[in-house]
Amino acid sequence: MEEILIAGFGGQGVMSMGQLIAYAGMKEGKYVSWLPSYGPEQRGGTANCAVVVSGEQVGSPLVSQPTTAIVLNNPSYYKFEPTVRPGGLLIVNASLISKTSERTDIKVMNLKATELANELGNPKIANMILLGAFLEITGILSDESILEALKKVLSPEKHSLLEINKRALELGRLSTKVGI
Amino acid sequence: MGKVLMKGNEVIAEAAVHAGCKYFFGYPITPQSELVAYMARRLPEVGGLFLQAESEVAAINMVYGAAGTGVRVMTSSSSPGFSLKQEGISYLVGAELPALIVNVVRGGPGLGNIQPAQSDYFQVTKGGGHGDYHTPVLAPSTLQEIIELTEAAFDIADRYRTPVILLGDGMLGQMMEPVEFKNLTERQPGEKDWTTTGTRGDGKPRIITSLELNADALEKRNEKLQHKFALIKQNEVRYETYEIEDADYIVTAYGTAARIAMNAINNARADGLKIGMIRPITLWPFPEQPFIETRDKVKGYISVEMSAGQMVEDVRLAVNGKAPVTFFGRTGGVVPTQEEIYEYIMKVAGGVEV
Repeated sequence: MEEILIAGFGGQGVMSMGQLIAYAGMKEGKYVSWLPSYGPEQRGGTANCAVVVSGEQVGSPLVSQPTTAIVLNNPSYYKFEPTVRPGGLLIVNASLISKTSERTDIKVMNLKATELANELGNPKIANMILLGAFLEITGILSDESILEALKKVLSPEKHSLLEINKRALELGRLSTKVGI
Repeated sequence: MGKVLMKGNEVIAEAAVHAGCKYFFGYPITPQSELVAYMARRLPEVGGLFLQAESEVAAINMVYGAAGTGVRVMTSSSSPGFSLKQEGISYLVGAELPALIVNVVRGGPGLGNIQPAQSDYFQVTKGGGHGDYHTPVLAPSTLQEIIELTEAAFDIADRYRTPVILLGDGMLGQMMEPVEFKNLTERQPGEKDWTTTGTRGDGKPRIITSLELNADALEKRNEKLQHKFALIKQNEVRYETYEIEDADYIVTAYGTAARIAMNAINNARADGLKIGMIRPITLWPFPEQPFIETRDKVKGYISVEMSAGQMVEDVRLAVNGKAPVTFFGRTGGVVPTQEEIYEYIMKVAGGVEV
């Protein structure tokens, strides 16, 4: 069972990352749940969502000790880095987070996702680069399922963005191997 | 149709449409506003009517009016807004009108906050408004179960001519889960011989009212209502049990709390403890039977709730002093983690005084 926590600023696409994983998991016949944080939010405030992907019916959709945490900004790093389950995975957007985790009981992947996204020509795509890295390391879902999910999540007039999303996923996968 | 990924609030709305509900009167409030928004878009597609009322009080009275014509009708809100509807719910009961009222509970009392809670249990199960009455209360714990129970709620409402309450919470309303709408044939309310849609000169005028100035006549009417409540208690109780056959301790929880407690129970089982669960699905009528059947065998019951301890009172009544009943809860919109529930179970099972 994968219990994933994704956190960042509102607008970085953390909610949609979680929905993509949930959609893709459902497409692959797995049990999934997606739970957003929905406190009184403000623009530029923090947002997070919890996703469970499992071979069995999902009990609690709450994730307090994630098997994977993907953090996109500083406040999220400080909040969730200590909660990752031993043996778990922490994916860090190193473009916006200067701190490096000193934990030795988890796998840490630092990725300069925002910079890589700028190089691809769209800073909004940083979330997909991180998602690509997550898929590469965990191997829980195929790119095909994610792209199929993306077609559902993006309105038809935005389907022109499918190509750059695909390239971002590939870049994310690649960067886990070369270490960017 | 296959599985679709939807938010809990949207699932309630779509399930209601599937159940043949064509009329919605409501007023937005977090964390259930997606339900209102969904109905605004969806009902015109099926030839229905969506109307955003000027207040919750107006909305529930619009429901009263529509219900009098025999159509399937609903409203929804969250705790503070639900409180405002209480007067109208009492009138619906008094006038014997079927309707669905959804409460996606948030932290209270007062304006409270917008986080998930189960602190409206007393309000929904013990009457809530004025007068001697109960309303059936259905409490789903998964999004798939929302579909089943929304349809059941409309059926129960029509069968007994009573308002029915579907009780969720912010977490159930906001989360997404795959669901499947299996029953694609739209349900119909069935024949009703009491509606006020005009006599067309072919019969006596019908009257729908909760007013009865004659005390003896009102007592008669109340006796009829009590008889109806007894029938509902006899026929409509729903619950689910999990691993209670060999259980030393039984956790009891409903809705969201039951999902989280289930993880804790599985972990405790993996550690060799014999823990089971009774999950009430109808909160009124409360399922007494599974407690009666287990209360002489178990070492105790643990009620887990997102409140300061409300359902635990009904658990104690059902257990009737035959076994210890303890309580674990969080309030104010805090959702308990499976870890803290697990710890509490371990404490109780380990014999620690709590």
